[in-house]
Formats: sequence, C-alpha cells, structure tokens
Amino acid sequence: MIGQMFEGVPARALACGALLLAALLAAPYVVNDYLLTVLIIILYYAYTGQAWNIMMGFAGQLSLGHALYVGLGAYTAAAFYVHFGISPWIGILAAIPIAIAGGAIIGFLAFRFRVGGVYFAILTIAFAEFARVGFDHFNWVGGSSGFFLPVANYAVSDLWNLRGKPMMFYYLILAMTVLAFVICRLLLTSRIGYFWLAIREDEEAARAIGIDTFRYKMYAVILSAGMTSLAGIFFAFFYNNLFPEQVFHISRSIELILAPIIGGVGTLFGPILGAFLLTGLSETMHAILYGFGIDIPGVKQVFYGLCLLFVVIVLPHGVWPWVARVLGIKERRS
Amino acid sequence: MPAEIYLNVAVSGILTGLVYGLMALGLSVIFGVIRIVNFAHGEMMTIGMYIAIAIFSAFKLDPLVMMVPIAAVLFVFGYALQASLINPFINRPEHSQFILLVAVALVMVNGLLILFGPDAKNVQTTYAFDSFLIGPLIVDATKVYAGGAAVLVSAALFAFFRFSHLGQAIRACADNYVGALVVGLDVRRLYALTFGIGAACVGAAGAMLVLIIDVTPALGPAYTLLAFIIVITGGLGSMPGALLGGILIGFTEAMAGLLFSPSAKSMFAFGLLVLVLLFRPQGIMGKRAI
Repeated sequence: MIGQMFEGVPARALACGALLLAALLAAPYVVNDYLLTVLIIILYYAYTGQAWNIMMGFAGQLSLGHALYVGLGAYTAAAFYVHFGISPWIGILAAIPIAIAGGAIIGFLAFRFRVGGVYFAILTIAFAEFARVGFDHFNWVGGSSGFFLPVANYAVSDLWNLRGKPMMFYYLILAMTVLAFVICRLLLTSRIGYFWLAIREDEEAARAIGIDTFRYKMYAVILSAGMTSLAGIFFAFFYNNLFPEQVFHISRSIELILAPIIGGVGTLFGPILGAFLLTGLSETMHAILYGFGIDIPGVKQVFYGLCLLFVVIVLPHGVWPWVARVLGIKERRS
Repeated sequence: MPAEIYLNVAVSGILTGLVYGLMALGLSVIFGVIRIVNFAHGEMMTIGMYIAIAIFSAFKLDPLVMMVPIAAVLFVFGYALQASLINPFINRPEHSQFILLVAVALVMVNGLLILFGPDAKNVQTTYAFDSFLIGPLIVDATKVYAGGAAVLVSAALFAFFRFSHLGQAIRACADNYVGALVVGLDVRRLYALTFGIGAACVGAAGAMLVLIIDVTPALGPAYTLLAFIIVITGGLGSMPGALLGGILIGFTEAMAGLLFSPSAKSMFAFGLLVLVLLFRPQGIMGKRAI
C-alpha cells in the first residue's frame, strides 16, 4: 500500500510535496492569528474540493448540491453535542451515515431512473434546496433563527469536544486534508479508481465491458458524501453557528466546487492548489480594497466569478496541469 | 375557510404562473435550440427587474409600458453573451458549459449587489392596491395585467417561431444542426439571436414580476431554479410545456402557501420536480426521451 502510494511519482514531485507539508506543519508557529484563519479556510476548501472531486473528477457525476452533505454533517454533530453533550467524535458515527443516506437516496433515484448530465446536477441542487427549506422549519435545531454552539474563551484546547483555539482546528483540518489526499491517491491507482475513470470517459463503453456502473457510481456518491459530512462537522465546531440560509444555500455548493475546478477537475493536487489560489487571491484583494477604504459586499464573489470565467475559458483543464508542466512534475491527468 | 378563498388563491397563483411560464419559455427556447442550459437565467431576470425599478424611480414610467425597451436591452445583452462567450463553448462537454454559466451568474448576482445593495426594492404603481370583482372572486389588478401581458408576449413568440422566416430558420437549427449548416444558415448568428430572444423573454417577465414581488440580488439563483423546475416539469424544449409548467408551479406554490406556510411553498415545487424527474423525465409535454 505504501509502495502503491509512491509508485510512479517523480522524485521532484515528492520533494515538492514534502516541502509543502513541512511548511504547513510549521506554519502555526510562524504566522499570526489572521493568517492562521486564512490557512484554515484554505485547507477547508482543499478538503471539500477533494471530496467533491471524487464524484465529478473521478466518476464524472456533476454534483451542485454538496452543501447538503456539509449541512447534514454539521447539523447532526452539532445537535448531538448541544442537546445531549455527546462528543463530535461520537457524533461522527451518526453524521456520516446520515449524509451517506442522503447521498445514497439521490444517487439511487438518479442512477436507477437514468437521470444524467444536467438533470442530475439540477436534482442535486433540488435536494440541497429542499433541505434548506426543511431545516428552516426544523425547530429542534433552531429553524431559520439559527443553531448555536456554546462558546467561551478557552485556555486549553479540548480535542475530545473540539472546543479550543484555532491552532487545534488548523492541525485537525490539515490532517483531514492530508488523509483525503492519500485516500484519493490510493483509490485512483486501484481497481475502483480505474472503473470510475472508465465511467467518466464513456459510460456506455464501461457498461459494455462489464463494469457495474450503477454500483460504482453509488460508491463515488457515498464516499464523497461521507467525506464532505466530516467537513460539515468541522464547519459547525469551528464557526459555532449554523443557519440553514447559509449552510445549505446554492452559493455554498458553488463555493465548494470552485477550488477543484480552478485547480483542475480530476487531478489530485488541483483542489489544494485551487484553494490556495482562490482564497489567497481573494484575501489579498480584500486587504488591498480595505486599504483603500472600500468595503462593499459582493466584490469577493464577482472576483470568484471572473477567476472561474478566466480558468474555464483559458485553462479548461485547470491551473494545476499547467503548473505541473512548468515545474516538471507532471501528474498524469486522470 | 370559505371556498372563495381557495378559488381566489388559485386564480392569483395561475396568473403569477403565467409570468413564470414566460420566464421559463426563455429558458426552454435557449435549451431547445442551442442545447445550452442557461444557468444565469434568473439572474438575467433580476437584471430586467432592476432596470424596471431604475426607470420607474427616475422617470415614473410604468414597468409594463417599459416592458418592450427592457426586453430589447436584455436581447442585446443575451446576443452579446452568446456571440462572445458561449458560442466557443457549444462543442465543449456539458459540465464545462454549465460552469461557464455559473461563473456568469456569479458575476451578475454580485454585480447587482454592488450596484443596488442587498435591500429589497419594489415599484409603487397607482393601481397597486386595485382589484377586480368577478362574481365571488377578488383578483389583484397587478396580477391580471402581468398575467395578460405574459400571455400576449408568449403568443407573439409562438407566432414568431411558427410563421416568420427567421423563426423557421431557428427551428431548423434546433431540428438538424448539420442540415442547417448544409443549407447555408449562419448557425452561430442564429444561436446568438436565439439566446437574445430567450433573454428578452426573461427580461419582459422580469418587468411584469416586479409588480408582484420585491426584488433583491439574491433572487436570481432562486428563480433560475424555479425556471428549471418549470421547464423540466413541462418538458425541456417544449414551448407549450413551459407555459403549462409555469401555471402548474404557480398554482402549486399558491395552494401550498395557503394550506401550509408561505415559506415552505418552494418545497412543494422541488417535490414536484423530483417526482417528474423520476416518473416522466421528458416532462409533461416533452416528446423526446432523455
């Protein structure tokens, strides 16, 4: 398995990866609180992007409703913690199955009834919107007026209850991102990964050579939903407040998919690079605008839109394949 | 509750539904011909609504009177969008077209947010509180005017595609892309015209809808979704289907708002979408299986 992990990776790529990991591990001791928060946001998008990429990048199923899984994970773990005092690490045991159930229902309905392409994307949006309106009326978790986790000024970090300082959250999301990367890498070089790529490239042909496309598409949805729900738990305990309007909204779903698209759909490193580029650039721009005394809502999103336009027109395969070529560490575009 | 209330709500839902239908008609025309899913449809409508509001607050001109100029502005906008950005994408994979339009939509929503701010805006016409008494029914005047205008515009559009040479040429592109090229039609220009017509429809619908609801920039994505739901329910690519779907959704929303809670009404539209996708994916009036 370790061998499979590094097989066929050029030495220069390994060196770059190790260097990046070392820099990220050391970062909290170097940067200030603001930059640490920015890094947490970057890693959050890198992680969710990686999870989304399993569905779209590997198996070719365009989901525009991933906010659903974030929200289900977030609300489940937060509800267990607030109402019963149960640790989020136990809450995971409920959050993942609930998110997976959501994904499985969508996947089952869509794949069984042959709802594909654009229709599938719209179905995923519809379910996320359905959940948004539903949670607006779900008063056990606060309904539309929001759901709050107890906050205090913590002297020590309590990892068991995920209450504490940003540094704890930073290492947690870093670990999640690294783990997601490793899982995706192992999957891509295994049987299931090759089946996914075959389905993505030509589903009819994949079925013709005997791949059970329904089953493997379901695996992709389930894995993606489960991984995304973990990001939701992180979101809930990091931000300490949840509003259906914000958590499940279509614009959240779109934010989740920006990083992998800009980085490169279907690449392993694309979501990470995309998250760094997008959040890095937008924070820089925010700082510059703020310096000029301009603080208008919407500027960041217009910028995201223009980035997305630029990438989709000029670099349709994303930024990472291009960067990799320049660095001479070409990742096989899979 | 007395029976008249149900009847009143039903009629008002159907009238709103006619405007929805016109909005969805734009989406349906664009998809039927260009095979591009316009993910920025609701956003184009909010642009139309904001133009109507800007004109109303500056010159006190009624949105229904200004409907034609607003539609013309949106037509030019749609034409330019298709000719510059979307035409190079017509042979790209589906998801890449989708993302292109998501990006356009993102710029539009937040551009409007920067220009007009997040607060809800509306127009106060002199007939805003008028109503017609038809037997036991009480119908809002604004909804009657808006619904009537939607029927007129839709009829004009049907006539255009049925009888004019240009409309027939556009339908030829939709029916047989290669054939249209072979007989010498300038398909790219016709595509741009089609997108312009779709945009004009949704612009006109915006001018009508501004009488009925308040507008915020965040309305865009919600109405894009609503247009999708209507068009898929009615049958993607079918023009009568879009109108029928609009009426059906308008009626469903109104009844759900009366029987349950107004804030839960969109759940019923989504529920309807899921049912249609599963049991009749080609839509009520759709012919082609997907």
